[in-house]
Amino acid sequence: MAWQWFHQWGSPRWFYERAERWQFWAGWIALVLLVLGTVWGLAIAPVDYQQGHSYRIIYLHVPVAFLAQALYLGMAVAAVVLLVWRMKLADIAIQALAVVGCAFCVLALVSGAIWGKPTWGTYWVWDARLTSMLILAFLYLGIIGLRSAFIDPELAGKACAILALVGAINLPIIKYSVEWWNTLHQPASLKLTERPAMPASMWVPLLLNICAYYAAAVYLLFASMRTLVLRRERRAQWVQALVRAHD
Amino acid sequence: MNPKRKQRLLIILGMVFGLGIAVGLVMYALSQNINLFFTPTQIATGTAPNDQFIRVGGMVREGSVSRDPTSLKVAFDVTDFDHNVRVTYTGILPDLFREGQGVVVQGRVHDGLFAATEVLAKHDENYMPPEVTEALRQSGQLDKMMGKN
Repeated sequence: MAWQWFHQWGSPRWFYERAERWQFWAGWIALVLLVLGTVWGLAIAPVDYQQGHSYRIIYLHVPVAFLAQALYLGMAVAAVVLLVWRMKLADIAIQALAVVGCAFCVLALVSGAIWGKPTWGTYWVWDARLTSMLILAFLYLGIIGLRSAFIDPELAGKACAILALVGAINLPIIKYSVEWWNTLHQPASLKLTERPAMPASMWVPLLLNICAYYAAAVYLLFASMRTLVLRRERRAQWVQALVRAHD
Repeated sequence: MNPKRKQRLLIILGMVFGLGIAVGLVMYALSQNINLFFTPTQIATGTAPNDQFIRVGGMVREGSVSRDPTSLKVAFDVTDFDHNVRVTYTGILPDLFREGQGVVVQGRVHDGLFAATEVLAKHDENYMPPEVTEALRQSGQLDKMMGKN
């Protein structure tokens, strides 16, 4: 049955037990790749012909900006699962994704501003890419805030899911903002369909760091989701047994 | 999938689809306002508002930069290879400012001159080590590559 794994992973207990191993490996992969990619990118990769050393902030900025959008997409998918299947775990996923995604989004905005000052001559400009990314950060904050505005957790979950879903319309706007409109932000250097607009000595460490941040996001996400599962299921037998075993 | 879930899924997809169309139409209506800058052609043809605070984007024309040796005054042409706009500016230019570089300048058109209050450098998506640039320049490939963008 094709749906079996889907319903299995939807069970909080199943998730709590299986995700432990995933979390462990994601953590180690993140650490190894992060050290490798960051040292390579910051110390070994060549300087840029125009920007000099300041371009190296892409080894932080590009991965976190990717993640901020990818995690939002994940949150929108979880929102559909929650609204259609009423799966508890999807609600937990939205809750965890909002916090992790928000952190990545703020990092992307701050690192971009720091890079913008020497390169463009300004920290901030209201162009379509920067503004849509700021809206993404506000959406994340809104979803975090909305949850605590409700007393009934089920209602809170549903409201957050609807907001997450509606906000997903911002994702294509962010992605294509640099192509649809005149922006100060340059178009993407890495594309799935074309050769990167930089030599391998620059994009290989960037790719390593992108993978590293993806693994780090999985680690953070699973750690946070497992904690949330324990709190939500604190009255369940298996959690009580787990607590007793630790005493 | 049971029918109830299927129905919910359809409602949600319908909602997202409808909202997507609504946002798309708003974006389409706003598209002129979302553009960060006008092009020199839009200024030359009068599409851009006169005597209003606007931004112009384009390339700094080769050989057009003239600096006042006693002050921070600088003048240069911004071009989109069809039309030019003469820009005057007083202040410190960003590191990336140079001839042939993309810039976005903010200010207003006055007597055919564009008095800028802010000059921003626009960077493209190409990253290269300096040795590669040098090799490309020597073989004459660099101009071809840059001309493409």
